[in-house]
Amino acid sequence: MAQQGPTAPVPVPKAGSTPPVSKPVREGIDLVVNDKLYRHTGDKTMPLLWYLRDELRLTGAKYGCDQGDCGFCTVLVEGKAVASCTTKMEKLAGKRVTTVEGLADGQGKLHPVQQAWIDEDATMCGYCQPGQLMAAVDLLSRQKNPSDADIDKIGNLCRCGSYGRIRKAIKRAAATMKDAKA
Amino acid sequence: MSGQVQISRRRFLQFAAGAAGALIVGVGSASAFDRPVPLGLLGDAWSQLGPYLRIAADGRIYIGVRDPDNGEGTATSLARIIADELDADWSQVVVEQLGLGIEEGNGEPRWIYGRQHSGDASSIPAAWADLRQAGALARWLLFQAAARRLGVPAEQIRGAKGAVLAPDGRRLPYGDLAAAAAALQAPSEAPPVKSADRYTLIGQPAGDVNAHDIVTGRQKYAIDEMLGDAVVAVLSRCPFPGGTLDSADRDAAKKVDGVYDVIDIQPEQGQQSGYTPQAVGIAVLARDTWAALQGRVALKATWKAGASAEPNTGALEQHAVAMFDDESVQPSIVRNDGDIATARKKAARALEATYFQPWVAHATAEPPNCIVRLDPDTSVTLIAATQAPRQAYAVVQRLTGFKPDQIDIRVPRGGGGFGRRLQHDYVAEAMLIALAKKSTDIRTRAIKVIWTRDEDLAHDFYRPLAVHRLNASIDAKKKIAGWHQRMASPSIQKGRGVADNRLWQSELMPDALPAGLVPNFRSDWYSLDSQLPRGEWRGSPHVTPTFATECFIDEIAHSLKANPLDYRLAMLGDAHQLPYNGRGGPIDTARLANVLRMAAEKIDWTRWLRSENGLGIACAYVWGAYVAHAIEVAPTADGIDIQRVVCAVDVGRVVNPSGLEAQIAGATMDALSTAMNLAITVKDGQVQQRGFRDYPLSATAQMPNEVEVAIVSSTADPTGASVMGVPSTAPALANAVFRATAVRIRRLPLLRELARLR
Repeated sequence: MAQQGPTAPVPVPKAGSTPPVSKPVREGIDLVVNDKLYRHTGDKTMPLLWYLRDELRLTGAKYGCDQGDCGFCTVLVEGKAVASCTTKMEKLAGKRVTTVEGLADGQGKLHPVQQAWIDEDATMCGYCQPGQLMAAVDLLSRQKNPSDADIDKIGNLCRCGSYGRIRKAIKRAAATMKDAKA
Repeated sequence: MSGQVQISRRRFLQFAAGAAGALIVGVGSASAFDRPVPLGLLGDAWSQLGPYLRIAADGRIYIGVRDPDNGEGTATSLARIIADELDADWSQVVVEQLGLGIEEGNGEPRWIYGRQHSGDASSIPAAWADLRQAGALARWLLFQAAARRLGVPAEQIRGAKGAVLAPDGRRLPYGDLAAAAAALQAPSEAPPVKSADRYTLIGQPAGDVNAHDIVTGRQKYAIDEMLGDAVVAVLSRCPFPGGTLDSADRDAAKKVDGVYDVIDIQPEQGQQSGYTPQAVGIAVLARDTWAALQGRVALKATWKAGASAEPNTGALEQHAVAMFDDESVQPSIVRNDGDIATARKKAARALEATYFQPWVAHATAEPPNCIVRLDPDTSVTLIAATQAPRQAYAVVQRLTGFKPDQIDIRVPRGGGGFGRRLQHDYVAEAMLIALAKKSTDIRTRAIKVIWTRDEDLAHDFYRPLAVHRLNASIDAKKKIAGWHQRMASPSIQKGRGVADNRLWQSELMPDALPAGLVPNFRSDWYSLDSQLPRGEWRGSPHVTPTFATECFIDEIAHSLKANPLDYRLAMLGDAHQLPYNGRGGPIDTARLANVLRMAAEKIDWTRWLRSENGLGIACAYVWGAYVAHAIEVAPTADGIDIQRVVCAVDVGRVVNPSGLEAQIAGATMDALSTAMNLAITVKDGQVQQRGFRDYPLSATAQMPNEVEVAIVSSTADPTGASVMGVPSTAPALANAVFRATAVRIRRLPLLRELARLR
């Protein structure tokens, strides 16, 4: 579906430069989602989850609980994992949001975490996995070589019980990312 | 051209030419073909992909998977069963989830794809019976076409990696032969399926076919669909079973920005449970989910309990115990071998224990939801995750009165099922909202109903609360001479048109072990009254009886100072078969003994007596599968640390070892999480749990780092996989906890009970 009006993407300015101050049609909250700039002109208290799913039609982040407990809706804000169901739009002015749709690069090459999930056959029903992937990306950005105790800090739920393979996939991704740097 | 081949009294294989030089093969049942089938239906008009199998001229092989995949792995395993028979190149295979296959036949629905059902781990056994033959027919046709083109006898042709190979080394890709194959005469009988030594895919591990879509966020679940610009609806539902609305501020809800309308919903009188909304509710229809949620807050709906209040959980349990103690209460006698009274009189010792297991919810990751586009005069399109698409059809047909060709039911991958999606209350509710009179500006738009988590937990079809009392009479040789199992539960079948004297059938199975191993054996079922909706839950009716039975055998072994592994093996005795009146039977005691030994060896059971950690073991026979769990637990200051979990499993021939391991490990984690922490409780007439804080599914930190799965290599026909890991997990855990802490757990959830008793 074509993006229209207030949510239409515009090219993202290069890092360090300020967004162009063209005359805004309507007041709103400017934010960057998966490297595209958007302006939210609706209710400022709308949770990011519903903005992503209902307005941008980015349905990778999943609904699970409304309370930030299950992690199905996890996305990155400025690189940190947050529950998008409890993150209000008013907190996001000028922020960079990454969803699972933005993990692979522009040519479709998968992020090492995505590839590791496939290689470990870790998906099962798959509903929680976009959130699990984002939580893993956040962890690996802080902890290059995560221990089991580090992985235990991920509170995302998996109703299918794929925890064993998710754990292996995180370790596999860590190894891949280390090799890529070496 | 087209043809059909009879494969059994009631089933047919069909093949036909598709568009652009394709070959299409499918399976039909006699019910669908006992009248002449117009040839036009046999072409690509059937569906874009063709049922089951379509070999395109470019060599790509499209395989349609009929059974819904809610994470059980059927999209992968069913496709590989067909692809192997065809000697297909797996990298050329494109798997498509089939919607409900239905067509009109003199006003009656015809089910194009036969059974379409994902529940009780039945997809693989059913596929084994027919889908392989679809692959074999396609292979036969391709070989015949190749024989003609190459001038060699068909018997000398082999298939490999999506091509035929002639003895002289010439190779023809399947795609080049598809059109010629589709023009052939049908064989006089179904071509034989492969011998097992020629399997190339069956038995080899394969990753989930949808993995790439899942990790990139492209996988669409029903909840992700919008059918253009659907109106989003959320509901406030009465929390009291059978209760009514007290008050609601509909005007306030309508004033919320983005709210279009507010619609009242009622369960339909006289409809069976699972086919109509389960509660009185008010739907708020809005531009987007957030507006609908705010509208629901503004409603400030309040509710009244019904004429008879749902009993508190504790009262229900007390009632069960009182019935066991009252000899005037007549239970349903599920099985009665020998004479337990005489065995008790002669007993050297007698044991009794009562086990309490709570209501539990499904809490599927993707909550119930359903999207409907209805044109009241012409057609309806519905997208819903369901484990039983035909039941969804029954609901839609009843509410619209439409003919089959006016009803389009699409079944995307579901975010977990576990039995919740065998019930279609959420489909009926969405249909009633779609049918209701609405404000004109949204009359033509699709309606998408999303259940919030609080509503999901408060309005599930729960696994019934169960109380089991077990009595054993032990003879002088330390053998169990008498066994009396009494179970009380609110039957899943109640309210579903089942006679009262049959209500036990969903609760307790007559041939469940140790039936057949104990000479004097009786099992009784007592009916408990409850208004809470209930339904199948991953592995029921194996789950709560196995917990009671396998814990009790452990108690017996302990009272006799016997090793519980050796005691179980002695009970099973020499290899023999036990009659089993159900799917998967008879029970082979040697296969059960084998998985027990495997699990014991893997966890090093020789440490059982001296280890400071507790080792526990339990086993189960589940619809043809043999499963044993061995668990090692260390006591901690505030509970337990699960150090190792081993599961040995024999499901017959393994179609996809990676998928089987995932199902067994996942079911084990599910069962651990449920046994340790989860309970639905009723207080003041309503379910108390409203989210993951009071219904705390375990995250990875509370789970073992892995479940070590040992798979038996077998040539027996395959069973399913999805539920097999559940029943023996909780008793193995409780038995390990006893060894670690000396506390015998007879009530779940386990951690709460352990804290109470320690």
